Amino acid sequence: MSDYLDEPRLQKPLKKDGQPEVTIQRESATEQASLIEISGLNKWYGQFHVLRDINLNVKKGEKIVICGPSGSGKSTLIRCINCLEEHQEGSIVVDGTRLTNDLKNIETIRREVGMVFQQFNLFPHLTILENCTLAPIWVRKQSRKEAEKVAMEYLERVRIPDQANKYPGQLSGGQQQRVAIARSLCMNPEVMLFDEPTSALDPEMIKEVLDVMIELAQEGMTMLCVTHEMGFARTVADRVIFMDEGQIIEQAPPEAFFSHPRSERTRKFLGQVLNH
Amino acid sequence: MISHDITMIPAREPPARAVGVMAWVRNNLFANPLSALATLLIAYSLYLFVPPLVQWAFMDATWFGESSSDCSSDGACWAFITARLDQFIYGFYPEEQQWRADLFFAQLAILIAWLSFKVTPGKKWVLGYSLILMPVVSWFLLYGDLLGLEKVETHQWGGLMLTLLLALCGMIASLPFGVLLALGRRSNMPVIRSLCTAYIELWRGVPLITVLFMASVMLPLFVPEEVVFDKLLRALIGIILFQAAYMAEVVRGGLQAIPKGQFEAFNSLGLSYWQGMIMIILPQAMRLVIPGVVNTFIALFKDTSLVLVIGLFDLLAIIQAGLNDPAWLGNSVEGYLFAGLVFWVFCFGMSKYSQRLEQQLHR
Amino acid sequence: MSDPEHVSHKKNATPSLVKEALRLWRDASFRPLFMQGVVVLVVVMLGVWVINNTMNNLEHRGISTGFDFLSQEAGFGIIQSLVEYDESHSYGRTFVVGILNTLLVSGLGIFFATILGFLIGVARLSSNWLLARMASVFIETFRNIPLLLQIFFWYFAVLAALPHPRQSFALGESVFLNLRGLFLPKPIIEQGLLPVMVSCLVAIGLALFLRSINQKRRVETGKSISGAPWYMAALLAGIPVLTWHLSGASLVLDTPELKGFNFRGGISIIPELGALLLALTIYTSAFIAEVVRAGIESVQKGQKEAAASLGLKPGKVLTLVVIPQAMKVIIPPLTNQYLNLAKNSSLATAIGYPDLVSVFAGTTLNQTGQAVEVIAMTMAVYLTISLSVSLLMNIYNKRVALIER
Repeated sequence: MSDYLDEPRLQKPLKKDGQPEVTIQRESATEQASLIEISGLNKWYGQFHVLRDINLNVKKGEKIVICGPSGSGKSTLIRCINCLEEHQEGSIVVDGTRLTNDLKNIETIRREVGMVFQQFNLFPHLTILENCTLAPIWVRKQSRKEAEKVAMEYLERVRIPDQANKYPGQLSGGQQQRVAIARSLCMNPEVMLFDEPTSALDPEMIKEVLDVMIELAQEGMTMLCVTHEMGFARTVADRVIFMDEGQIIEQAPPEAFFSHPRSERTRKFLGQVLNH
Repeated sequence: MISHDITMIPAREPPARAVGVMAWVRNNLFANPLSALATLLIAYSLYLFVPPLVQWAFMDATWFGESSSDCSSDGACWAFITARLDQFIYGFYPEEQQWRADLFFAQLAILIAWLSFKVTPGKKWVLGYSLILMPVVSWFLLYGDLLGLEKVETHQWGGLMLTLLLALCGMIASLPFGVLLALGRRSNMPVIRSLCTAYIELWRGVPLITVLFMASVMLPLFVPEEVVFDKLLRALIGIILFQAAYMAEVVRGGLQAIPKGQFEAFNSLGLSYWQGMIMIILPQAMRLVIPGVVNTFIALFKDTSLVLVIGLFDLLAIIQAGLNDPAWLGNSVEGYLFAGLVFWVFCFGMSKYSQRLEQQLHR
Repeated sequence: MSDPEHVSHKKNATPSLVKEALRLWRDASFRPLFMQGVVVLVVVMLGVWVINNTMNNLEHRGISTGFDFLSQEAGFGIIQSLVEYDESHSYGRTFVVGILNTLLVSGLGIFFATILGFLIGVARLSSNWLLARMASVFIETFRNIPLLLQIFFWYFAVLAALPHPRQSFALGESVFLNLRGLFLPKPIIEQGLLPVMVSCLVAIGLALFLRSINQKRRVETGKSISGAPWYMAALLAGIPVLTWHLSGASLVLDTPELKGFNFRGGISIIPELGALLLALTIYTSAFIAEVVRAGIESVQKGQKEAAASLGLKPGKVLTLVVIPQAMKVIIPPLTNQYLNLAKNSSLATAIGYPDLVSVFAGTTLNQTGQAVEVIAMTMAVYLTISLSVSLLMNIYNKRVALIER
């Protein structure tokens, strides 16, 4: 586990104790506008059935942690949301836009959905600042000045404004991942997707990235996060989703999830992740 | 707590439109309008060109005959090839001695087969034989004048036999020079380093054809008048000098890939420079450079066709000469296609082999 | 076995010398010096021996050394020359004609091979299976067949099968293709045509300028000039047409005409150049295609995904993220291919295209017998080209390495 668990627990203003049981019910989310609605999602790689009948609604401001053994389809699920992967059945609606094969639609959705990758994927030929201003300039059509001003603000928030003119290769892994978060935030997205953001990091760098993610959560950003950092899940998640063999096995608020896992699979998985 | 048993959703077959032939066709041939257009255009031009080509090359072709007049006018005249096949393979090597050339080919085939199968024993010895004795044995086998073998002058050699001989001898002889040059270029003695660098850059900077010209007109000037090289030997010397520079660069690439720790390790074990190089560094480096060596060999194999400019009759030159035979006029397409096919089979086979080696190395 | 100390006691002078030599041999700073000295000595001796032999041999053959022959009259014609040349010019002039012809075919070859190579390299990576297959068939076919064979094929099998001048393939009244070459009309610069041509250049320049201003303005302020493409189109069409009318120019073309056995006038591309160019272009483009493919594949998938997830359109993903990174990988081996093409253009001599090797190391050498000088000069030309390009390449690589890390 990350050393994060030793930290004092942060205040969580959004946490409501009575709510969790409601959010589990998949169909009841209609009364409050959902930002992401996934229903009946199925995906195959060739003959391999990776995602099986996924139904998931995410409300504005909700923070969801997805965990599960490797190969359970969790990364594939969030990659489907901004269409990095194509799905074969079911529907995905993001902020009222339904994902189709239409390129225009895909671009609209990608503009609203930020993504942070396991391998950072910063552009090595551009400086940190240029990494952050590339999309605002070319997609949001902002002026360079404007884009740079916003970018510097976000770089300050992830605590690396002094590195703005360096190249990604000159930064540590933790710094690179924080830049990657800032780069996504510069597009002012509605939702942030995190695909195992700390898995490629050395232990001592995990905390600096998680701190940034927690701050982001406190500001009310809608987040979907694939991670094995259970400390992080306990601290910020409204809901923890456990996936195995391409399906959602169970979802519950963190307290319930960690103390009373309902399925044998979940118990086994938690046993492996928590006990070492 | 609700006791809630999770029922797992069983894996299903993907929907029909996502798999199978139709899905493959849609995704790989008609994914978008542009792709569909490309597919249709290519398919149409294949339909236009391939059937007539097959008709010409096989259906209407004449396979045997005495001269161009035996060939049908609308098909390929492969009779040109079949009638002269002996010459294309052996050059002007006397017919009753051609078994010696056959022996040379057989030796090559056995060595290659031996070295490329996994299970054959004694690879080290076979490799040693191929790299040291084989060129010498082949030379005496073909040249003769020894052990009762009749002497066959090198100007009678030609065809595929000459092409293979030039490429193999050029390659094998340039290997040790290349290794020395590579070591020299990475040496920390400045004089040796600059001499080796100068040599490598000099030969890599000029076209092979000028090297062959040089070997053929200047080499006789460089040695005392009594020493006479024959034309083949001069060409071979030119090829070796030239090839050594390319080989050096390939070997240098391998040396650079050896981690610094290996050099430090043999130094700290108290081994001398040459002991370390021969026992530790070169064996590792040579394994790394095999694909590169095969690639330069392919280049050399293609380049041997240039010897025709100094009057040697390799495969291409002898076909070119055959095309000017009044009895066989008008068969240039067939001649070049045949030569192209032979070269292609060798080069493509070797490049696939080198790719396979590379993949094994990366695993 | 005798005890060394005992020996040294008996015979004092020699062993101490041996000892001294041994000490020096073991001295880490002396041994390298000594070995380098030996190598230099061997190289110098070899050089002296070769020079001596050469001098003797030349003397016996009655050939005088030196570069005086360059000013002698050449006395042979050359079928294509970019500068004024005829039989009365000197051997020195043939050298220049040869270099220019080599540069011409290399330059044209590089231009066409780059275009074809990039197209095929990209096609090789196409998601269209058939297109990718065809591209790979093209690559595997042409790079595995000797270039000389390809040159012969185009020259002796394809171009030699073209019709005689009287039955030329014709495109309209002015473009002809036959056994003797490709004949194109040549625009004659008459009064008034020059301003039109200049205005074309001006229009293109202005349009590009407008485009870059617009781009810059877009980046700096976030707004682009509305209707900029229309302005550009108007500039491109308007300026030349306007100058055309104002200057009252008329286009005069010198069209090739059949006179006697061949066409006269216009621009003619001799079949030797055509065959050489075709073969060099196709052969090199197969290698360039592989370089391009490797370059594009070297950009990790994550880079494209990251760019796409930021909402960049596929075109922008390509121009802003993939191509800049791929080019760094592509440029060094690409220059290498260019150098190869320039060196390979020397195969021209096999079909009689008058390049440097054919004209100078061929005809001139045969006529003068000045083998050493001629070969040395020829090699020096190629060497100069190669070394200066690799020098530029080293500077480029250093700069790239500096930026990345």
